[in-house]
Amino acid sequence: MTQRCGVIGVGQTKYDAKRIDVSMPGLLREAALRALEDAELTWSDIEAVVIGKAPDMFEGMMYPENYLADAIGATGKPLLRVHTAGSVGGSTANVAISMITSGIHDRVLTIAWEKQSESNAMWGLTLSPPFSVSVVAGAGGFFAPLIRTYIRRSNAPEDTGIRVALKDRQNAHKNPYAHLKIDDITFDQIANSPMLWDPIRYLESCPSSDGACAMVLTNESLAERTPRKPAWVHGTAMRSEPTQFARRDAVNPMAGRLAAQDLYKQAGIQDPRKEIDCMEIYVPFSWFEPMWMETMGFADEGEGWKLTYEGVTALDGSRPVNMSGGVLSSNPIGASGMCRYAEAANQVRGLAGEHQIDGARKALGHAYGGGSQYFSMVLFGDTRP
Amino acid sequence: MSEAYDQEALRGPHVIEYPFRRSCGPVLSRFFSGLRDGKLVGIRSQTAGVLVPPAEYDPQTAEALEEFVDVGPAGEVVSYAWVSSPRPKQPLQRPFAYALIKLDGADAGFLHAVDVGGDEASIAIGTRVAPRWKAERVGHITDIECFVPESEAQPAPPLTEPVEEPVKSVTTPIRLEYDFRAGKAQSVFLRGLAEKKILGAKAIGGDLVYVPPRGADPRNAELTPEFVEVADTGTVVTYSIVRVPSDNISFDLPYVCINVLLDGSHIPFFHVLQDCPLGEERIGMRVKAKWAPDDQLTTSVASIEYFEPLDEPDVPFDQIREYC
Repeated sequence: MTQRCGVIGVGQTKYDAKRIDVSMPGLLREAALRALEDAELTWSDIEAVVIGKAPDMFEGMMYPENYLADAIGATGKPLLRVHTAGSVGGSTANVAISMITSGIHDRVLTIAWEKQSESNAMWGLTLSPPFSVSVVAGAGGFFAPLIRTYIRRSNAPEDTGIRVALKDRQNAHKNPYAHLKIDDITFDQIANSPMLWDPIRYLESCPSSDGACAMVLTNESLAERTPRKPAWVHGTAMRSEPTQFARRDAVNPMAGRLAAQDLYKQAGIQDPRKEIDCMEIYVPFSWFEPMWMETMGFADEGEGWKLTYEGVTALDGSRPVNMSGGVLSSNPIGASGMCRYAEAANQVRGLAGEHQIDGARKALGHAYGGGSQYFSMVLFGDTRP
Repeated sequence: MSEAYDQEALRGPHVIEYPFRRSCGPVLSRFFSGLRDGKLVGIRSQTAGVLVPPAEYDPQTAEALEEFVDVGPAGEVVSYAWVSSPRPKQPLQRPFAYALIKLDGADAGFLHAVDVGGDEASIAIGTRVAPRWKAERVGHITDIECFVPESEAQPAPPLTEPVEEPVKSVTTPIRLEYDFRAGKAQSVFLRGLAEKKILGAKAIGGDLVYVPPRGADPRNAELTPEFVEVADTGTVVTYSIVRVPSDNISFDLPYVCINVLLDGSHIPFFHVLQDCPLGEERIGMRVKAKWAPDDQLTTSVASIEYFEPLDEPDVPFDQIREYC
């Protein structure tokens, strides 16, 4: 990294099942304006815009970048779109950060979004080409067998997923932007919710949301002069691998492990278990919390569930995870990765509101996509790296 | 290189269609509500004059726009492209023009079809045109059938049942028709299924067998031209019980989807388990393909109707762990 980069503005829309009150450009704009307002900047201050959304078929919107320039102040500026399936919100931010760290631009706006109400992502994931038979229904259908494998390998108690869901659903009540907030949610309510793709229950699954998330990034000298505290980028990492190959470990993918190692190396983290205060990770189905805690090196293999069980990942635990309520509470697919980054940034800025972790100095943001094959990560600190 | 590889790849039609439903937002809501009511609504921008359809934001300054202006309905052709052989989904089925029309009171072109009776000589830059409205309008761009020479145009007929509620969303169906090709390696596999054989491909070095064959080894992109028949028996390495309906899934709920490691292969194959009481499915269970009757075998995965339990001892987890 040659130049330092700081996040100086964060903007999110209210996440909801149907944001029928705004057009798709209007949805992006709402998040972008909030990020600019947070940074106390205007459209003309921005030099380049980097955007990301989930695969085109999820909302049938081809080349949205072609007609969004006016809505997001990109006229006459570089406008770039990033594609990495569900991890796109994270990788979009990583590309935007690289424009600062490389010294190409001084102020970059990045936005990620999804308007699931205009379409049906499950349909988009289950297009049955000729000569095939669809046996797997949507993301849950693909991930449920991996969760089954995780349970078999780790001998994790069957209610681990319920405990994760209860925690994230309780956290969501502290987040004004969260989509799904269930009053007085209980363990039994989740346990008794319908099994969709055994072992995934309804209330252990993410909702379908409309929403957008945006961040304003600047170089070091500008970040030092911003009205609110910046979140300093200490490292970013991305890794990919094929959906299937012989002896692939799809539960604890190599790409995820390599990305985490790269991230810690860049950020000078010797022991993530001791040095990272809190994290926002991509958990669309509850069991992915313990699975990713192992991939990220916060637990030994087969022991990630203990962190959930012992309350380590709770809001008042020693290393809280998904303080915002996470993907389980709001899932605008293309934006979901950037929401993780935005929430992690606000933690080290001290601007996370009711779900602020006192004294959070290092916060990790994480996203994954495809068949657990794309990983994007960031580490934010409250001081310059 | 196998002889099977020299055959043409299988191909078949693949149609993707979906009626996406777009939210208009406050600005486009005015435009689509206007179409339903038989008028054209534009918006005044700061830097580009009056735009139709109304832009939500100024194309130069990005400021939000809000000054609506009624325009047209007549206007002048500023550019056009002649369509001599219309396709089935196009707005007219005789030769017509797609034209940019500068509506009276607007400062930029509006794209629509122009019908001049199929005669290209009847349209030119500068031709005056006006809408041919549909009688029953719903708030969609197709509420205007097309534009016609101004002298032939009629005002929009009133709706038989006027609607007060503004238009909040529009449906925009898409339909994509692909000539799908299965690829050579996949075609060898599919032709094998029609003969009740499951063919895999050997990775370079021969240590691993991929089912279905992928043409190349995903680990290193090396080609895998050597095919080998694997057994139609295997071991369940993981599974899920599906209880939620989905488009394109034809199995009755609940059903068990399995990742099965076929004997002689090194990567799980996705299918379903049937003829097994719910609750008896498990990791390590031995299963066998239930083939379709001989007269129904085709070059499709459907040639295997499902997998059924095999009366053999379970495989210990440690032996299949690296394939789970």
